[in-house]
Amino acid sequence: MSRKLFKFKGGVHLSEHKAESNARPLHAAPLPGKLVIPLRQHIGNPAKPVVEVGERVLKGQMIGAADGYISAAVHASSSGIVTAIGPAAVPHISGLPDLCITIETDGRDEWIAHAPLDYQAMAAADLRMKLRDMGIAGLGGAVFPSAVKLDPGAAHSCPTLIINGGECEPWITCDDMLMRNRAGEILQGVAVMRHLLGSTEILVGIEDNKPEAIAAMQAAAQSLDFAVEVVAVPAIYPAGGAKQMIETLTGKQVPSGKLSTDIGIQVFNVGTAYALACAVHHGEPLISRLVTVTGHVLRPQNFEVLIGTPMHTLITLAGERDDSTGALMGGPMMGMPMPDLEVPVVKATNCILVKSNALFPPLPKALPCIRCTRCADVCPAELQPQELFRFAKTGDFGRAQEYHLFDCIECGCCSYVCPSHIPLVDFYRYAKSEIWAREKEKRAADLARERHEFREFRLAREKKEKAEKLAAKAQAARTQAGLDQAKRAELPAAPAPELATAPSDADAKKALIAAALARAQAKKAEVAPKNTDHLLPATQREIEEIEARRAKIHELARQPLESEEKKP
Amino acid sequence: MLTAILVMVVLAVTVGLVLGWSAVRFKVEGNPLAEKIDAILPQTQCGQCGFPGCRPYAEAIAKGEADINQCPPGGEEGIKKLAELLGVEPKPLDEAHGAPKPKSVAFIDEQLCIGCTLCIQACPVDAISGAAKQMHTIIAAECTGCELCVAPCPVDCIAMVPIAEDLPHWKWKYPVIELKRVA
Ligand code: SF4
Ligand code: SF4
Ligand code: SF4
Ligand code: SF4
Repeated sequence: MSRKLFKFKGGVHLSEHKAESNARPLHAAPLPGKLVIPLRQHIGNPAKPVVEVGERVLKGQMIGAADGYISAAVHASSSGIVTAIGPAAVPHISGLPDLCITIETDGRDEWIAHAPLDYQAMAAADLRMKLRDMGIAGLGGAVFPSAVKLDPGAAHSCPTLIINGGECEPWITCDDMLMRNRAGEILQGVAVMRHLLGSTEILVGIEDNKPEAIAAMQAAAQSLDFAVEVVAVPAIYPAGGAKQMIETLTGKQVPSGKLSTDIGIQVFNVGTAYALACAVHHGEPLISRLVTVTGHVLRPQNFEVLIGTPMHTLITLAGERDDSTGALMGGPMMGMPMPDLEVPVVKATNCILVKSNALFPPLPKALPCIRCTRCADVCPAELQPQELFRFAKTGDFGRAQEYHLFDCIECGCCSYVCPSHIPLVDFYRYAKSEIWAREKEKRAADLARERHEFREFRLAREKKEKAEKLAAKAQAARTQAGLDQAKRAELPAAPAPELATAPSDADAKKALIAAALARAQAKKAEVAPKNTDHLLPATQREIEEIEARRAKIHELARQPLESEEKKP
Repeated sequence: MLTAILVMVVLAVTVGLVLGWSAVRFKVEGNPLAEKIDAILPQTQCGQCGFPGCRPYAEAIAKGEADINQCPPGGEEGIKKLAELLGVEPKPLDEAHGAPKPKSVAFIDEQLCIGCTLCIQACPVDAISGAAKQMHTIIAAECTGCELCVAPCPVDCIAMVPIAEDLPHWKWKYPVIELKRVA
């Protein structure tokens, strides 16, 4: 049975460079002496440390707990002593440090007690929470917590489940090796996904340049008690993009600004399915993954690597060579240059691509855009990259968004074909992050406005309540006085009312004024700063300036309220 | 002829009714221009513009009583946006109102705080928590960095700390690309 396939628009043919690393067998990388495990390895809230410095931890023990719904836990990849919890270098292009837990391993690699999950007997929500606590996140690159994606939500089921074995970026072969060597386990993970999502159609998409992987997966699919269709898709970059894989296999397009689940499709990477199988069938949290080490090394190959292993250890294992010019995490199209090679392998690390000038010559200098629209021809998201570039360059972010900047998957096809060698994707990333930052600022400003308005309202209310209390007191006094007078004038009862109220009204007013005065005086006494002795002239001046500003504000702020108070 | 006139009359009346109704139904509350200006102002509520908060300044601009270059936290970018909104030329920030500073949050040295509550009374956005005679703390996420709490503190234990760049706040920089000279 062969399936009718569809073609997504655009894309480019790239030289594959897969043979370098997929010819050698898969090896487990040796246990390093030190593991550095970042707490922010997934999209969403970073995990919260739950161990202390000096504590002994076991392999698979949770060291960072998930914080909130969109989050995932992190675990010790081997047994040892926690030596530090603090900022350390992480694999991020900025080179900024982030919170990490450092473990000095003891070489015993001692597992914490763990047992398989009886997933079919568990409530779906409990199973998802369990997966979140086992740190399962998407291993295809985006590292989105899988527990969230495994929740079909209000739809109650997700009819189509796509397992993505595309791996379309050149050089990377870790998914290929995983499918060749562990096809059975991958499909066990798929069974769990199917169970949680209630999917009826399961498709595995693999690029046709990986015949061994296709054969292995097809063989494994034979022995399942449910139907899995393994489909070979044409190798064209970026066929492994989630939206592109959906379109190739089903002909459906995910509408702009929507999720694939909105059209009843969920996509997982093969690595994620494997991690899920380990979690459910062996009770093992996500503490290792396959990593391709390739490019300018002596023996390009794939390793099974503990999360937290320094990248440099792997490069040494694969045979470091002279005149390398740094490394990318990921492939040549979408990979990120690493600020230093001691950073640890994280859940998102699929490939360490060591560069050299011979393999990756520096880009020629950029020329102005000649509006040839070659970029638009290859854009798989059907965007107008040349327009996006123009808007991002001039800071016209509103227009960039109108041109669907956020549909850009940063695949790099446009930069690849641009005859002017413009680093287009860098401009889109810059524009996106500017827009996010501004939105954040806007939200902060809205919050401040709200809080300020509430404070104004609260102050006015407090003032009014005080005044009302005083008035009530005065009223009570007045009635008392009236009674007294009535008592005194018991026999000639007639003239009481007018005589009684007139003076007590004046009394109430007097009381009010006295109270207000006392309040004002108290306030004055309170506000007088007591730290004005022995100040430097500069500090004194600063204080005076601020005081003047404050006085002015207070004066201005008081005006409307006081006039209000005078009214009644 | 008569039908044509009738049709036109009926049309005119209906349209008039609809317009009249929508004028009442969708009446814009408050001053829409001040509202729009307020949306641009940074809401630091610091009073450096000479008004007790952003909203009064926005109203003053809307009435033409204040210039657009008096808000240091908004900086040049804020002025540019205001100028765009009002259709006037942007101008440089009026130095008399202060210079823009890197965004900071207040930090209370909790060892020194005597719990006098003066800072709470000064904070325009209620971002300080604490009760009388108790140690006080700044809720950093809600602090706008207005500095109004610094001066009133009798024991000088509030400092403004600039926000350091960290991973969640990191932004992609504008790409520096070497352009090739074309003669
Ligand atoms: S390919 Fe490059 S030069 Fe051509 S239109 Fe796109 S950005 Fe401009
Ligand atoms: S990087 Fe974005 S704009 Fe460029 S081709 Fe890919 S999806 Fe299109
Ligand atoms: S100077 Fe301060 S109070 Fe005035 S508008 Fe700007 S942020 Fe608001
Ligand atoms: S003004 Fe200073 S001493 Fe008083 S409560 Fe605030 S921080 Fe503490």
